[in-house]
Amino acid sequence: MKLTLKVWRQKDSKAKGQIESYQLDDVSSHMSFLEMMDVLNEKLISEGKEPVAFDHDCREGICGMCSMYINGQPHGPDSGTTTCQLHMRSFKDGDTIYIEPWRSAAFPVVKDLVVDRSSFERIQQAGGFISVNTSGNTQDANAIPVPKADADKAFDAATCIGCGACVAACKNASAMLFVSAKVSQFALLPQGKIEAKDRVQNMVAQMDKEGFGACTNTGACEAECPKGISLENIARLNREYIAASLTSDEH
Amino acid sequence: MSWIKNTFSSSIGKKLLMSITGIFLIVFLVVHLTGNLLLLKGDEGVAFNAYAHFMKHNPLIAASEVILFAGFLLHMIDGIMLWVSNRKARPQKYAVPNKSKTRNWVSKLMGPFGMVILVFLILHLYQFFRFKFFVEPPSHIEIDGEKVADLASIVYAQFKDLTWVLFYVVSMGVVGFHLYHGFASAFQTLGLSHSKYNKLINGVGIAYSVIVPLAFALIPILIKVMCICGPGGCTAGH
Ligand code: HEM
Ligand code: SF4
Ligand code: FES
Repeated sequence: MKLTLKVWRQKDSKAKGQIESYQLDDVSSHMSFLEMMDVLNEKLISEGKEPVAFDHDCREGICGMCSMYINGQPHGPDSGTTTCQLHMRSFKDGDTIYIEPWRSAAFPVVKDLVVDRSSFERIQQAGGFISVNTSGNTQDANAIPVPKADADKAFDAATCIGCGACVAACKNASAMLFVSAKVSQFALLPQGKIEAKDRVQNMVAQMDKEGFGACTNTGACEAECPKGISLENIARLNREYIAASLTSDEH
Repeated sequence: MSWIKNTFSSSIGKKLLMSITGIFLIVFLVVHLTGNLLLLKGDEGVAFNAYAHFMKHNPLIAASEVILFAGFLLHMIDGIMLWVSNRKARPQKYAVPNKSKTRNWVSKLMGPFGMVILVFLILHLYQFFRFKFFVEPPSHIEIDGEKVADLASIVYAQFKDLTWVLFYVVSMGVVGFHLYHGFASAFQTLGLSHSKYNKLINGVGIAYSVIVPLAFALIPILIKVMCICGPGGCTAGH
């Protein structure tokens, strides 16, 4: 099929950037979206032009790198998929496809479609962990009983791949869905209870410091999340935060 | 007390304040509505005037008026602060506007709807307080031997004017939209979300956001359509 691509081009983090138009004449509907981008780049290279920089790694929906805002939706029109899992059969011959980077003060554009998501790393480092003694006599995790329902919910939360689609979709560029998943995966488990109060307060403080917005409970994040993380987690984050504020000795 | 400051200056804390003040205003609207409905009693505003008089002389009510004012102010200042910081979180807009599914379209317009409510509030308070501070009330009545402004007649006269009726009705529509999202949203913000009672919260929220503004809006409509007047006649206040 024939496609018109309107791609955000930006030389570096300081450049202004603009949308450039490209024509692709022979795109197979079996291609993945990233394969289509590879074809575009080969074409650009053969024409002696600068290829489009975009992030990708696993190409199977688990690393969370392939951040592309496609026709007004993070990761494109399909639900429950990352850009790398999106296929060209979701588009029609003659379509015009706009491809933009994530837009958030906390995700500055590095080049073209590549954004710096290290703000997520800093939020994780602020509390997204548990302290376990690894001196050689580490307790078997299964020795601590966990109710099935809690284990399931914790696991659902833990499927968050930190892709940032929630931020990209949110009208407030809020990272609440991401942070709520990272807080929930520990808050639901006995191993996570020990540091629970510090965790939620430190992670929320870091989230604010990075310049993410607040939550209006609009739900665009939940609709775009490739892993189906639900708003229920944000309610849990709020609960954890209220409880920590009222009872913590540290903050 | 720095923990209180820390809590309410965070993003989640600001939302908590939004939610607490919002729920307080939701409760207030019901109280306000029950009073207003007295205007339709068909007794030339006697019951309404007695109610207004009671409100003025009850120290508990006087105290809650201060709390009410503070509640509105906090809700508005906090809402504007959130609105500003949320805009700042995305300095560069997308070329293609967002097409993501949302729970409802209203949630994207909470700020603009809030601003319309604010404009309504300013006019609403002016209509009410001008007789206290600026203008001599057009007519008076006597309650418990005290000469007081005939507020009912002022309201009746005001709503003989179609422009005011329309303005009031549209404003109530906006309050309804604000609460169509706001009601359930406030509970989610408080962390009250569970499959057991989410349906109930959503149901009550939608019912509230339709019934309460509709009841408010019916008052001026009926006053206009049924020509309800007070003892001061229908020209008072003009
Ligand atoms: C009748 C009066 C009002 C009532 C009953 C009311 C109620 C509410 C409720 C329940 C919420 C949801 C809180 C949450 O999501 O946790 C809300 C949100 C909001 N209100 Fe109001 N409100 C009123 C007036 C106003 C006014 C005058 C403004 C003007 C600035 C305003 C601005 C906002 C904003 C901006 C939000 C969204 C905050 C966010 O989530 O980012 N409201 N309101
Ligand atoms: S919550 Fe979903 S959308 Fe947000 S970072 Fe995690 S996986 Fe991506
Ligand atoms: S490239 Fe890893 S999730 Fe898409």
